[in-house]
Amino acid sequence: MTRHSAEARVPVLFVVPAALGLAILLLPLAGLLARAPWNRLGEILGSDGVLTALRLSLLTATLATAICVVCGIPLAWLLARGSFPGRSLLRGLVTVPLVLPPVIGGIALLVAFGRSGTVGSWLESATGTTLPFTTAAVVIAQSFVAMPFLVIAVEGALRGADRRYEDVAATLGASPWTIFRRVTLPAVAPGVLSGAVLCWARALGEFGATITFAGSFPGITRTLPLEAYSAIGAGDAETAIVLSLLMIAVAVAVLALLRDRWMVRG
Amino acid sequence: MSLLAKVAVRRGDFELDVTLDVSAGSVISLLGPNGAGKSTLLAVLAGLLRPDAALIELDGETVIDTVTGTYVSARHRRVGLVLQDFLLFPHLSALENSAFGLRSRGVPRGTSRSVAASWLARLGVAEVADRRPRELSGGQAQRVALARALAVEPRLLLLDEPLAALDVGTRPAVRADLRRHLAEYDGCAIVVTHDPLEALVLGDRLVVLEHGRVVQEGTPEQVTRHPLTDYVARLVGLNLLRGSADGRVATVGPAAVVTLAHDAAGPVHIAFSPAAVTLSPHRPEGSARNAWAGTVADMERHGDLVRVTVDGPVPVLADITPLAVADLDLAPGVAVWASVKATEITVYPA
Amino acid sequence: MPRLAAFAMHTDRKRGVDVGVLQRLLPIGVHCKGVAALLAGAVAAFSGAACSGAGEPDRITVLAAASLTEPFTMLADEVSDDGDVALSFGASSALVEQLRAGARADVLATADTRTMALAVDAGLITGDPIVFARNSLVLAVPAGNPGGVSGLADLARDELRVALCEPQVPCGAAAERMLATAGIDARPDTLEADARDTAGKLALGEVDAALIYRTDVTSAMAIVDVPPEAEVVTEYLVAIVDGASNHRGAEEFIAAVTGATGRRLLAEAGFDTP
Repeated sequence: MTRHSAEARVPVLFVVPAALGLAILLLPLAGLLARAPWNRLGEILGSDGVLTALRLSLLTATLATAICVVCGIPLAWLLARGSFPGRSLLRGLVTVPLVLPPVIGGIALLVAFGRSGTVGSWLESATGTTLPFTTAAVVIAQSFVAMPFLVIAVEGALRGADRRYEDVAATLGASPWTIFRRVTLPAVAPGVLSGAVLCWARALGEFGATITFAGSFPGITRTLPLEAYSAIGAGDAETAIVLSLLMIAVAVAVLALLRDRWMVRG
Repeated sequence: MSLLAKVAVRRGDFELDVTLDVSAGSVISLLGPNGAGKSTLLAVLAGLLRPDAALIELDGETVIDTVTGTYVSARHRRVGLVLQDFLLFPHLSALENSAFGLRSRGVPRGTSRSVAASWLARLGVAEVADRRPRELSGGQAQRVALARALAVEPRLLLLDEPLAALDVGTRPAVRADLRRHLAEYDGCAIVVTHDPLEALVLGDRLVVLEHGRVVQEGTPEQVTRHPLTDYVARLVGLNLLRGSADGRVATVGPAAVVTLAHDAAGPVHIAFSPAAVTLSPHRPEGSARNAWAGTVADMERHGDLVRVTVDGPVPVLADITPLAVADLDLAPGVAVWASVKATEITVYPA
Repeated sequence: MPRLAAFAMHTDRKRGVDVGVLQRLLPIGVHCKGVAALLAGAVAAFSGAACSGAGEPDRITVLAAASLTEPFTMLADEVSDDGDVALSFGASSALVEQLRAGARADVLATADTRTMALAVDAGLITGDPIVFARNSLVLAVPAGNPGGVSGLADLARDELRVALCEPQVPCGAAAERMLATAGIDARPDTLEADARDTAGKLALGEVDAALIYRTDVTSAMAIVDVPPEAEVVTEYLVAIVDGASNHRGAEEFIAAVTGATGRRLLAEAGFDTP
């Protein structure tokens, strides 16, 4: 029996909840658009504070994503292919940043890497450097919260990959590294890319862990979300709204661009 | 480049215990029903599965010896693998696929590509060198997969159902080509298949695997003329009975005897082609010495003929024309007599 | 770390929801009309509080500066045994912004005169604001003074980790005044958007010095003296919001704040009372 495409029989019961879901997603956005100070848009976007925060956000999010990719892919490989005791526990631990409130994550980072933290105090006595209040701290905080996205995406892709290709490559004489580089990685590339995009978006929007661990100083640690928070605290709702719209625009642009090109082929 | 392999693998209930001796340059057709262990055996030979106990010597080099602990990994074994789905790397062109093995061994890019190109030309697919696997036809993909395996000059070539993924129409030509290439290849080759024609065309020797054990091996003629198991008999399209002979008569079951054309003694296999069986509604008169009563169990088209399965004390398959089916008014449940001339029967010791 | 919970969460006080955090994150003021009501209403429903006290007798909504969290919460406990006092804490300037956006409230208490003046100028206040407490800005260090801070001048040392409030919030403005009077060019490492965030950084031991309110000083901190002329005292004002639905309840609350109970609780928290 052939299926005719057009007539989707939508259960009537779905319409109301779907509309409600859409409202929850779109109404805040609509509110932002309605309250935005359109006449001051250029002025706000061009202001020093905003431009600095934007530059810092883009830099840190990209660095954090790079770290997540370099460290996350091997980790995902171990989780997907390795066989060692405690593997499922490790997998659970990797997802902890997903469910942890970001501020708690920030506190955890402080406890470990802060001046009086376990690793932090050693770092200070050994090298004289401390992490809090530095841009490096921002990158660390963002990596902490965003890494699970990449690891989970890549692990899923690795599990779904056909291992026989790797078997054939082995019989042809390829070393494990060559197999990974020329056979496995190209096969999971869409998963890696979508994981990296999610990772980048999460890093860009990170707030709680950043402000707790890295503090908030213009040009050094005040990323866009922190700039918006500072604006609210100062009573400058207009700047906060403009920044919110800016972040949404950046996120939508990145996601839309990549969705068409890569995720469809996924 | 010879192969001597004694392999034992245990997986749950399944046990594989096989000894293979392949002389240099010959092609073995490995036949068997699903689950017989053919793919398991190939995996062990290729280095993709660790056996429980094995001694494998390839071209004089001990590749696996579980007693001494020797184990050469797949990477260093120089065993070529061509699988049913071909598994060409989808993001590489045909040429890059074929050059993959050489590049992995450190051969510079230029040399690898030219060697690969010559292999593609030798297999008759030079023109698809720059195409991606998804743009190739089944036959082209198979040849590229073969080129990829041969480009690194393996000592042993393993082919797992090499023609199964092809259209029935293209199979004969590709099969003939493959026969030619295997003849030119000077290492040992093992072709796994469950198509008897493929096995007979491609192999110098046949090895039949059932339930993890070798049940018969020999030249194609030996195996087809003298099948030792039901599976092989069905495969080559023969009726096979087992019985005990005493002179010109063999007993194959209670109240079931077969008259032979020559004397024989002791446990015997009795084989005759379905085409040699005649069906009639009553006990036939005439020179045929063997006639057995039975009931039609099943009928199925078999080429231009109809293959009738007859149940009874002597169960047989009979190939008769559709006209005869209509004349005799055959249908499942109808009683018939099956008869075979003694001269059409082959008898050999069990 | 006693301050940690407050610092981290700005959260659930016993009476009513702390919609303060929500209000800070949504530029749109939480009010019962309009588009944001849907979202706020849903959140409020989950948190078990009603919308900002609109139209219900015996119920008042109080917007107060973050540093008043403990004293006001305890006050609300002690004075209202039947009615509900919905308390909402946040940076004073953010609270004024919410009122401007249409949030419904009955009482406003700010951490400085300037912010209250802004509210008065915007026509958000009925009657005259009353000074009910004073807070002074102090130079605080972690117990043990790891940075070896002896005075305001040390805040200019590069190698020290220093936390200040954002200049646009009351404690930040006060800090600027203090530093300007003393002629110090401080090198802060972080500018927090909230007085308690600043104190929190000190409490966590992540900074060597901070300019915070006396009321935020804990036993894990020590105070370093500053020159008397540089001392900054901020006055806390309380007033009734224009359009308050429960005028009487508001008056009663303000009376409690300025009365004996309020003065006791404020003093316990470290405030000076007039």
